[in-house]
Amino acid sequence: MIEPVLTELLAHYPENVSVYVQDDPSFPKSVENKIDDTSLEFSYKNNIEIVPTLICSTQSKETDRTFGWDKAEWQKLTKLSSLGKDLDDFKPGCGSKTQEPGMEERLAARFDKELLLSRSIQLADLEDEIESCYERGWSDGLPVVPPTTVRVIRMLRGTNRSPSEIIGNIPPDNVPCSIEKVAINAVLAGCKPDYFPVVLASVEAALKDRFCMHGLLCTTYFSGPVMIVNGPVIQQIGLNNGINALGQGTRANATIGRALQLLIRNVGGGKPGGIDRAVMGNPGKYTFCFAEDESDENWSTLAQDQGFERRDSVISLFAGEGLQPIVDQKSREPGSLVRSMAASLKSVVNTKLYGGADAILVVCPEHRRVFRNAGWKKEDLKIALYDNLMASGADLIVGAKGIAEGMPKKFENKIINKFRDDGLHITSTGSKAGMFSAIISGWVASGEKGSQLVSQRI
Amino acid sequence: MSNTIMLDPTAELAPAERQTLPRLETLKDATIGLLDISKPRGKEFLDEIEKHLLTLGAKVKRYRKPTFARVAPKELNQQISVECDAVIEGLAD
Repeated sequence: MIEPVLTELLAHYPENVSVYVQDDPSFPKSVENKIDDTSLEFSYKNNIEIVPTLICSTQSKETDRTFGWDKAEWQKLTKLSSLGKDLDDFKPGCGSKTQEPGMEERLAARFDKELLLSRSIQLADLEDEIESCYERGWSDGLPVVPPTTVRVIRMLRGTNRSPSEIIGNIPPDNVPCSIEKVAINAVLAGCKPDYFPVVLASVEAALKDRFCMHGLLCTTYFSGPVMIVNGPVIQQIGLNNGINALGQGTRANATIGRALQLLIRNVGGGKPGGIDRAVMGNPGKYTFCFAEDESDENWSTLAQDQGFERRDSVISLFAGEGLQPIVDQKSREPGSLVRSMAASLKSVVNTKLYGGADAILVVCPEHRRVFRNAGWKKEDLKIALYDNLMASGADLIVGAKGIAEGMPKKFENKIINKFRDDGLHITSTGSKAGMFSAIISGWVASGEKGSQLVSQRI
Repeated sequence: MSNTIMLDPTAELAPAERQTLPRLETLKDATIGLLDISKPRGKEFLDEIEKHLLTLGAKVKRYRKPTFARVAPKELNQQISVECDAVIEGLAD
């Protein structure tokens, strides 16, 4: 139906009409001098969403446009009152080829040269993409997704923030880092664009002074960033807060945690054996990210403990490592269970070292139920744990119990708590079956002297 | 060149080209491997190199590829990387 309209239009304005064709440059046959836009450059640069689109311009400046076939509009814009008079009044048109899935990023990569500022690296013919990422030192040891321009643009579609915005200085080299660089590393890590806002929030959290990312990276200790996610974003992007929540198998958990680590490696320059001086490290330094089980409305979430609301999506970062299990399949009343948990918590770092490392107690749903059935809230658990985590300094000081390691002698006549104030956090995750809770032990330099748990709204 | 273009994920503080390994600061007490690729007269060339290296205080270990037509076997590469601080490959012709 477009052909007679174009013929009529060209007959009236032979010098002033240009016809651009997206797919078949030979169509329509009766129209001469059509412009081949199979590259879609014109369509992309003019934001064509529907074909046909009629654009009116004066001195190369657009003055008006209509899309699809709206007879009255076409007649008004072309000032031809009889244009297409025998046609229907309205046809909606078709989607432009620029709107096909995945096309927008490809066109942006080709035609929007100002969009990205990072150095581009062209591979040699026989170079394997993934091997070449390894050789350039961009990997944590596992394969990375090659950060092609199209993939990076796609990642950037996950945020409204400008690629050139500087999110902060990444330690240890303290290099200014753009949103674009975060996106490249999120691609490397295997993130979906949907995850990108969480990755950005994790970077912002890591850069808070309280978190002390620089020191955490440099330390000879085991620790690395541990991420806990709260709020609606858990469902929105499919983070695992159920079975095997701290384990393998969920893309969001695996890649969000990895993205921050890769950013610190690649932009910050923090590499093992270089600035990263960890004696052993821990497997969580590949990635350590999980979501909280928020199903119990009467059990406050970690984010709520940090002053947020349930409706807020929040990521919290904790300098920690490893998992220490707490097996208790017998306690059916809270007093027994809290004593059991406290006894295990006392072994964090060293049974004789108190007040140095923070910890997160990860309560499994079945253990949580023991507290809830007795009418306990999280606050009750915190208070009971505090009471059960006291110890006599005499048993902890250097040399006590035949062990040279221990607290300074000045604590000999004191009663002290295993954790500093605000040093023990409680979260909840995991499957509904199994009375296995866990401890995520913290960096020995916890607190104001080192790292404190930080939370960032997503 | 291939059509694959990747964006640099680093702070771009180092050149994009792959970097050579750090050079030895001294030959004294360094173990230098001499790899004969199995082409005629390679041995004579490497004998001369060995004399010079010994004069400079280096230790020398000699290796030989089974054939010049193929890349060195993995085992030989690994052996050299374990036993030597640097390697000189003697091309012939």
